[in-house]
Amino acid sequence: MHGRPRKDPKPEDAAASVAKAEKLRSLQSQFLSNHHNKIYTNEALEVSAKLLEVNPEYYTAWNFRKLAVEHRLSLSDPDPDSIKSIFSEELKVVESALKQNFKSYGAWHHRKWVLSKGHSSIDHEMRLLDRYQKLDPRNFHAWDYRRFVAALMNRSEVDELRYTTDMINSNFSNYSAWHNRSILLSNLLQRKVQGFFPKEVVLNEEYELVHQALFTDPDDQSGWFYYLWLLDQTVKADAPRLVSSWPARDSNLIILEDQCLDDCALSPFNTFHSDSGTFPLIVYFNQAVEGVNSSTISVESVLNANSELNWKPLSTNNSQTAQVWVTYLNYPKVDVHSEAYPVEVSIGHSGGIISSSGFHYSHPSRFAFKVFARPVKTPIGHGGEIISWQDGNFALYETSPEEPNPTISLDQLNIKDDNEKTSSEWRAETIANEIALFRELLSEISCKIGKLTLARLLKAHDLLLSPCANKMVYSEEVINLYSDLRTLDPPHSQFYKDEHSLTLLQQITSTGESLLRYCFLHGDGTSSFIGNSMCLRLNNLSLSRMGSFERLLWVQMLDLSYNELRSIEGLEAMQLLSCLNLSNNKLSGFTALGPLRLLKSLKVLDISCNQIGSHSIDTTRYMCSSPLCHTEEIDWGRDEMVTGDVNLANYWEAFVIFRGLSLTQLDIVGNAVADEKLKSFLVKIVPTLKWLDGGELH
Amino acid sequence: MRQEQIKNPTLHFSRDMGEIVTEKHVQYIFSVEKRKDDFISVAMEYLRMNGAYWGLTTLDLLGKLDAVDADEVVSWIMKCQHESGGFGGNIGHDPHILYTLSAVQVFALFNKLNVLDVEKVTNYIAGLQNEDGSFSGDEWGEVDTRFSYIAICCLSILHHLNKINVEKAVSYIVSCKNLDGGFGCTPGGESHAGQIFCCVGALAITGSLHHIDKDLLGWWLCERQVKAGGLNGRPEKLPDVCYSWWVLSSLIMIDRVHWISKEKLVKFILDCQDTENGGISDRPDDAVDVYHTFFGVAGLSLLEYPGLKAIDPAYALPVDVINRIFFG
Repeated sequence: MHGRPRKDPKPEDAAASVAKAEKLRSLQSQFLSNHHNKIYTNEALEVSAKLLEVNPEYYTAWNFRKLAVEHRLSLSDPDPDSIKSIFSEELKVVESALKQNFKSYGAWHHRKWVLSKGHSSIDHEMRLLDRYQKLDPRNFHAWDYRRFVAALMNRSEVDELRYTTDMINSNFSNYSAWHNRSILLSNLLQRKVQGFFPKEVVLNEEYELVHQALFTDPDDQSGWFYYLWLLDQTVKADAPRLVSSWPARDSNLIILEDQCLDDCALSPFNTFHSDSGTFPLIVYFNQAVEGVNSSTISVESVLNANSELNWKPLSTNNSQTAQVWVTYLNYPKVDVHSEAYPVEVSIGHSGGIISSSGFHYSHPSRFAFKVFARPVKTPIGHGGEIISWQDGNFALYETSPEEPNPTISLDQLNIKDDNEKTSSEWRAETIANEIALFRELLSEISCKIGKLTLARLLKAHDLLLSPCANKMVYSEEVINLYSDLRTLDPPHSQFYKDEHSLTLLQQITSTGESLLRYCFLHGDGTSSFIGNSMCLRLNNLSLSRMGSFERLLWVQMLDLSYNELRSIEGLEAMQLLSCLNLSNNKLSGFTALGPLRLLKSLKVLDISCNQIGSHSIDTTRYMCSSPLCHTEEIDWGRDEMVTGDVNLANYWEAFVIFRGLSLTQLDIVGNAVADEKLKSFLVKIVPTLKWLDGGELH
Repeated sequence: MRQEQIKNPTLHFSRDMGEIVTEKHVQYIFSVEKRKDDFISVAMEYLRMNGAYWGLTTLDLLGKLDAVDADEVVSWIMKCQHESGGFGGNIGHDPHILYTLSAVQVFALFNKLNVLDVEKVTNYIAGLQNEDGSFSGDEWGEVDTRFSYIAICCLSILHHLNKINVEKAVSYIVSCKNLDGGFGCTPGGESHAGQIFCCVGALAITGSLHHIDKDLLGWWLCERQVKAGGLNGRPEKLPDVCYSWWVLSSLIMIDRVHWISKEKLVKFILDCQDTENGGISDRPDDAVDVYHTFFGVAGLSLLEYPGLKAIDPAYALPVDVINRIFFG
């Protein structure tokens, strides 16, 4: 029982409890008998009222009272006074029940039911609520009821907002009041009600209010989440926006096909090997959107003159909403001297791309690139040789003089947005003010919300200052703040570590120059079947989380080994990926590999030395599409030939993940799950597999 | 062939955390079932169906479900069913979706779903969906996202999710999402860990987790851990063992459970055990009850405490039961 001390009952207490129990039992059985026999006499009503006074959660008694009201109304003449008295009796029963248990769902609902019949005074309810909410300012039933009554009497949102101001001013430590404020204010702002437009003026006042809470007691969480909401309102654009694409804007894409000879020096950043006759076009938005199709994105090029493009959302749970979308374009006939084929992509010129919160893509944008198709110098292998991830096979990538500077193409990855000039000054100024305030707070007192907020503000500053150049002025300071936070607040250490990892990745990918330090050539550059032998090596960085995918769309070979990754959420954006090393991380289940199912080019995968099979609880069980979440069915019957006598209840995760992949090489050793039985199962469901744990399959 | 050492999972259990008193908890649950004369037992008669689910699932997690006479339980539950198809909290009590889920969950535990008239039960649940996609708890029209979860969970277990308008059900739940990333009872309602479990669970079961801002909600949820190690249900509230379930299961479903200290939480839950008489309470040294005993044991299961069966974070039933239903 909530808050009742544990103790052995004294004999006299036990006896009293039995006596009380006897009384209650008799009430309950009398009540049930009345209910079952539909007896609605005054005596029967009295029994139910007494019962509810003692035991307000006894839901059947509330139902009985509603039936009794209906019964009495059907008997009496429609005399307004007697109707009124029938309902006011119900209100009295509710009040005495609430005295016993202020959190009784049944009592509060009964009151709503009575009020919605329209025979009771609403003003009385407001006065009652004011009294109740003073007694227990955090009772969410009372707040819910308040919203109900306010709607019933058409009380203005401005008045209700004022009520939250009063509550906060009398005691800022009232999360419920802050919450209600956020609901009311976002409605008022969205509707641009008089006095709540422009938004900037309103938000400035809100900052003032929440500062009082944060600075009075930084450990009190009441204002924390409200502040974060304000910060989001300040920094984030509501409308969806294109962030990056592949091929990048103004780039020259060179497509390699496995034939003949070639003579030109190729930049690994813009070359792509394909023998399927198509190449992907990837668009990356700042938030998940729906409605991307051939009418909302127009692609002008001779390459797909007569065909309508089919856009696919990169969603791990098969939803029609995604941050990243892909389509496939046909590429031209391969020829050493073939001309460049320009492609122009226009987005949002006709409506239809909508964010999950209902905002439309409102800034039509356009980008272009050119495609060259080239045959490859040497015959490319057909997946015959094994890819080794050993350090000796990598050499730091150096740009050759005749090659165009690759950093140029990397800096073009972000799409510029020139339409966001309004209010940008206010944003920059607000963030600068806030940074100064929180620096001051931290100079007086070391507190975690101060440090966390400062880190968030500094990141916001960098984002606002140069959304295109991605210069990270403060990244070093942000990283230090997260390190401090890990020491200051050990229970949430992994939260700060994840943030730390994301910031580190932003820093690494912020300029072509810094990114180049992680770019390596694999093998001798000619023997690899992947065509592009550039490998991005983000290994051994103690990354606990992967991010900055919008800047890594070009990557075809990725080494993430020796990190602390538990999941690869977001990796589905890297559509060109063909080789991936995830060995020596903390992946704990096959379901964590869900994003790989969307990587159609993936051939080589190393997941050795993780924790797959070592955990009883799978934290990615619901992040992965499966029959458990009704996003897909598994047709066991059809696969019976393949699966044989294996108990599929034990292997469904492996089945769901690997069946659709066409891997040629897989390393899985060093996971508790990887016994011989599983391996032979994998060989059966991945017929393309040639190498398993370094051994060649026959 | 390469040979690699298999690494052990990360959670370190040590003696000073305390130990679970499994036998005592089993005894406690059986004793509660027998006890009928004190005030609290009488006052709680109306939710005996929930009690059956809490007690029996605890026994299953502790590996002791065999000690229960399944046929006796099943025949009692059937006496709680109404003509409408819904179940009441006890014999003679009105039907409600809250008790209908518990009944179905107990049938699932005992692998007795075939005993149910599935059409009848699923018609009752589907009949409670409103025009806006929300669900009422019973014919009297109380609307709450708890009931959305219950309807979705129940229909999914019975393989009849197609009987409702899932799209509308999901969009109603999404309309209860708050600016802190959490969810309330109805649109505008304050975020509360119990409510968040219901909404995240319903979205998980319907493959709709993309509606959640996992980092925002994850931060709100992980800040529920107080210094003592326990979890509270809302900011600036006291910790309570039951949130070991509501918060923890939500964090697992959105893959952010590593953001709290599992070791400290294990210790908090173990500290709430009555090591003499069995049972678990809301906070150390408070009186125990079946509700907190279930949520404590279920929490320990989610924390991978050794010797306990694994529990599914969305369906709130042991993983082997869920796997039997979906992959059996």
